[in-house]
Amino acid sequence: MKSGRFWAWVVFALGAAYFFIPLIATVEFSMRMRRGVYSFDAYEVVLGDPRFQATFGYSVLAAVFTIILGVLIVVPTAYWIRLRLPQLRPVVEFITLLPLVIPAIVIVFGYIRMYGSNSPLPFLASDTGTNALLVIGYATLALPYMYRAVDTGLRTIDVRTLTEAAQILGAGWGTIITRVILPNVLIAVLSGAFLTFAIVLGEFTMASLLNRPAFGPYLQNIGANRAYEPAALAIIAFAITWACMSLIQILSRFAPRSANRPN
Amino acid sequence: MTDLSLADHAIAGKTAPPSEARAFRLPTQWLGVAPFFIFAIMFLVLPTLYLVLGAFQNDAGAFTFDNIVGIFDPPNLSNYMQCQYSSWTSWVDGNCKLPSILAAYWISIKISLASSLIGAFAGLAIAIAIVRGGLPNWIRSATLTFSGVASNFAGVPLAFAFLATLGRLGLATVILNTVFGFNIYAHGFNILSFWGLTLTYVYFQIPLMVVIITPAIDGLKKEWGEAAATLGATTAQYWRMVVIPVIWPSFLGTVILLFANAFGAIATAYALTGSSLNIIPIVLYAQIRGDVLHNPHLGYAIAFGMIVITGLANVFYIWFRTRSERWLK
Repeated sequence: MKSGRFWAWVVFALGAAYFFIPLIATVEFSMRMRRGVYSFDAYEVVLGDPRFQATFGYSVLAAVFTIILGVLIVVPTAYWIRLRLPQLRPVVEFITLLPLVIPAIVIVFGYIRMYGSNSPLPFLASDTGTNALLVIGYATLALPYMYRAVDTGLRTIDVRTLTEAAQILGAGWGTIITRVILPNVLIAVLSGAFLTFAIVLGEFTMASLLNRPAFGPYLQNIGANRAYEPAALAIIAFAITWACMSLIQILSRFAPRSANRPN
Repeated sequence: MTDLSLADHAIAGKTAPPSEARAFRLPTQWLGVAPFFIFAIMFLVLPTLYLVLGAFQNDAGAFTFDNIVGIFDPPNLSNYMQCQYSSWTSWVDGNCKLPSILAAYWISIKISLASSLIGAFAGLAIAIAIVRGGLPNWIRSATLTFSGVASNFAGVPLAFAFLATLGRLGLATVILNTVFGFNIYAHGFNILSFWGLTLTYVYFQIPLMVVIITPAIDGLKKEWGEAAATLGATTAQYWRMVVIPVIWPSFLGTVILLFANAFGAIATAYALTGSSLNIIPIVLYAQIRGDVLHNPHLGYAIAFGMIVITGLANVFYIWFRTRSERWLK
């Protein structure tokens, strides 16, 4: 077993080297902007760039709308499937997995051709419409993660009993979903939301092909034209991803482990 | 049974008398999932179907296989003319030697295959090391946390990180050159190449493998090892006859998932290599932006081909997945 532990350390050390060297190199590179000394100039330039603020703000807003749309679509569906239509579960699960099968570039290509300015549903004819289409596209990208998170959350509560109790007290469907089910799966919804946020924030393909002033295309533009700022942006993006994942982990500690009654 | 009828009354009782409730039963049941299905059909199924149908139509809308055949066409003269104007056509060697669409598929498949296999084996080794290697407990949790982050750290920023590491002025390149006197660029390495891109993709492939395969390795029951030892198996026999057969399906399934993951990715490659490396998503990107192939239906055919490849990969994934779940409780 001793040699086994030795090899485990070797594997771990090699892995750690592969994963940390690029991070260290990027940090180092991002601080090289001022000649001869290390400085945070690149970060200052990036954070002070009005285009950074504008595109970052745009993508944050798009992410928030994506999360809202995702919750509106996924929570009632996952709830209803658990409560009344369990026979549809395989179909819904299959559909939620489709965005992993169909590449994002293909989905957005379909949008561009289907919802152009002279189609029956001209999403692309106006700015608002295109923004809406981007949020819709992001919601499809987030669908697999959002559905899985919410469905796992629903598994830990007793959907049927909660629904009956609410109905006995005279609650309608809207009240049941917003005031009984949603608060109970809030932690699961939030972890899905943070994952969605991390995915959407730097997304490039859809935003670029729909010509939206989002963070992803801005990153690409800076990468093509600047030397040190991209490294600073990479570190910022890594920090944001890290923050989202940490929040998910912290939230999961508050999540209930299992249902009181198996469902 | 009681709860079902109770719920039915709650819906039907408000709008219709009990005698009519039966007729409305099916529609009200389906109303709950209608928004989801409308969304999925409008924004997932129909747009994809539109492209798939377009792949089998010509400009007049008649059915044809020409576009599919066009994928396999060698570059022709009109393509060659156009390659002087569009940048994506310049091949890795810098000459304007137009590769066929097939070549772009092929290099995409090679990169996806290489990065998924390397990522899978490295990820498996790391997962085994942290689960079975007798390492301190904090290493396991730290590795899993980091894997969660790194598997989502893709796209444009990842390309920046690797340019800062292995680009011509990257830290690793410079240190290898000044400290060890080894110039990797003089020895044929280039970050804007097949191996450069593969090495970059591995950065999100390994963590994804670790995240998915660790539960499978946790699922190897201790009793199996003890049972094997009781029956006189050597360590090698235990691995060969117990561990590998049990892990194999979920391992292979994850390889396929990694493959599809790399195959559809565009942002990293585009930010890293611009348009100098001709992978299929970049060809499609250029086609959507500016119809560089001068044939919209050929673009549909390329999209269709991508769906076929990732679709096949996922069919295998689901198949292996159901096989492996039989073993892991």
